[in-house]
Amino acid sequence: MDYAIAALAGVFFAGSVYLLLSRALIRMLLGLSLLGNAVNLVIFVGGRLTRAVPPIVPAGEVMPLGGANPLPQALILTAIVIGFAMFSFLLVLSYRAYLSLEADDTNRLRLAEPEGGPQPPLSY
Amino acid sequence: MIDFPTYPSAWTIILPVLLPLLGAAVLQLLRQAREFHLPLALLTVGAVVLCDLLLVLQVLAAGPVSMTMGGWLPPFGISFTADLMGAAFALVAAVIALLVLIYMEMDADRSIKGDGIYSFVLLLLAGVSGSFLTGDLFNLYVWFEVMLIASFGLMVLGGRPIQLDGTIKYGFLNFLATTFLLLSLGLIYGLTGTLNMADLMAKAPSANPAAMASVGAILLLAFGMKAAAFPVNAWLPASYHTPNAAVSALMAGLLTKVGAYALLRSLVAILPASRDVLEPVIMLVAIATLVLAPLGAIAETNLRRALGFVVIGGIGAVMAGIALPSVVGVGGSVLYILNAMLTMTGLYLVAGLIEKLTGARDTRDMGGLYAATSLPSILFLTLMLAAAGVPPMLGFWPKLLLLEAGLDASGLATGNINPGAALLALALLLNALLTLFAGARLWSHIFWRAGPDGEKADTPHEGLRPLARREVWLGLAPSAVLTAMVVGAALWPDLLFGLAQTAARDILNPQLYVEAVGLP
Repeated sequence: MDYAIAALAGVFFAGSVYLLLSRALIRMLLGLSLLGNAVNLVIFVGGRLTRAVPPIVPAGEVMPLGGANPLPQALILTAIVIGFAMFSFLLVLSYRAYLSLEADDTNRLRLAEPEGGPQPPLSY
Repeated sequence: MIDFPTYPSAWTIILPVLLPLLGAAVLQLLRQAREFHLPLALLTVGAVVLCDLLLVLQVLAAGPVSMTMGGWLPPFGISFTADLMGAAFALVAAVIALLVLIYMEMDADRSIKGDGIYSFVLLLLAGVSGSFLTGDLFNLYVWFEVMLIASFGLMVLGGRPIQLDGTIKYGFLNFLATTFLLLSLGLIYGLTGTLNMADLMAKAPSANPAAMASVGAILLLAFGMKAAAFPVNAWLPASYHTPNAAVSALMAGLLTKVGAYALLRSLVAILPASRDVLEPVIMLVAIATLVLAPLGAIAETNLRRALGFVVIGGIGAVMAGIALPSVVGVGGSVLYILNAMLTMTGLYLVAGLIEKLTGARDTRDMGGLYAATSLPSILFLTLMLAAAGVPPMLGFWPKLLLLEAGLDASGLATGNINPGAALLALALLLNALLTLFAGARLWSHIFWRAGPDGEKADTPHEGLRPLARREVWLGLAPSAVLTAMVVGAALWPDLLFGLAQTAARDILNPQLYVEAVGLP
């Protein structure tokens, strides 16, 4: 199971890198989202994946060996919430930029860094 | 082992985070009552300054302070732990936020103030204080995200197209960096089973060293991006000049420095073995950042973009201390971060005034300011000298420490030569020279020559307008206070060196830190 999820995380990483290298903002956003999920899978594997023992320990007993660790799952939950908030903000931002700059191509987003400016002044 | 409840006196460590969060919430509730916004924000940040001051005094008197939350004992509960480095940074960050708030009252448009810019400033301060004071790596990630979302808001508020463009570059790349941070945290938890910083100091050495080194590399990439170190710095000059000057100043003073702090904390204090493996890379990054950033500042004509490159150059100096982990080197880094926070904020505040006086953003359209009004030119020159590290300013002392550490490690005296450290020392000197050159050029173009570029360069600039009374008080005063701090602090080098030494010892020998958290 661990190996399968690790391989899946690898596929996610590859896909997200491919999407992030795109020039279209919306593809980059999907790439970021995919990257976040790849990372979540990595954390998931970090806490042992098993169906054998539930991570619920009755009072007075000790956790049996080989049980899944619930903490990484709590971490993932936090990361999902934060990642979702960031994704929504960036999505709205990209849409606003598309409306007011009429560009979703990163090559055309040059307002803050104009291309082909004049040479720096040579005096002094 | 701690088995008693926390005393109220230890609450000073959590209040710098709680107060601004609470303040931001109250400001949101009162969003219609605009006249209360500034006083409430000032009151909150003032209280944070007071708490941070108490915390620094507490740490100076009794060593690192810690508090673990939620009724769980460490390492399971989330710890907040302040050593001298964290507490001092938190104090300076709060002071900067206070000064920028005053400047913002003059600088920001009415509509932006109504949209809640003060809430965002408070949230940003909460994120920054949390990052400096937390003792848990996952919690650090959360504070980074709080800081990030607040800075998104600050940067995009107003919604001019150039701001949207800048925020897209800032947002995408910084979100990418925090995702890398999350990745490394997942791997650290998988390898060691803990994310508590103090616990990790004990457990990291027994984990697989090769795996820990790769985790260290991911951390270096993530925090390097946050700090805008050389190969991953593209987002900073693309975005910092787009919002209001006050917002730029706040970000330049706080955000990249939090990345630099996290590098010091994670690589030097928590994972020193990984740092040792990565040392050649860190050295290379430091040298490249030190030399290339001021070249960018020389070539750039947009004033605030040029200052962005000066900010990046300062990060190079901090990286130099991370590559030279002696008490002197790390102490130099800590002191340099303090200097960079004050200096860069001041520079951006003065840049905002210059833009108001000349009505231009490009240095080619400026000129003749010295004849019109001399005070901004004196402040700008002083802060530029501090950024370059010229003797009477605060910037000189950390550069001296870093240079000493570089020369010690280079082995030029003993004959056992380490070329990397020797080059690093050379790069530090070169950086000072190039930054001075960039600063002098900016100063000559903005202030010294008679008028703007072109045929009129010899006739006085006609587009200048004097500062209004309100702008003098609310705009010049914070800049002058920052400059006075940069000059004034430099008058007591013994005090600074003592502070740097104590902070560096706590970082390099974390025994006290671990004991404060309550771990054996």
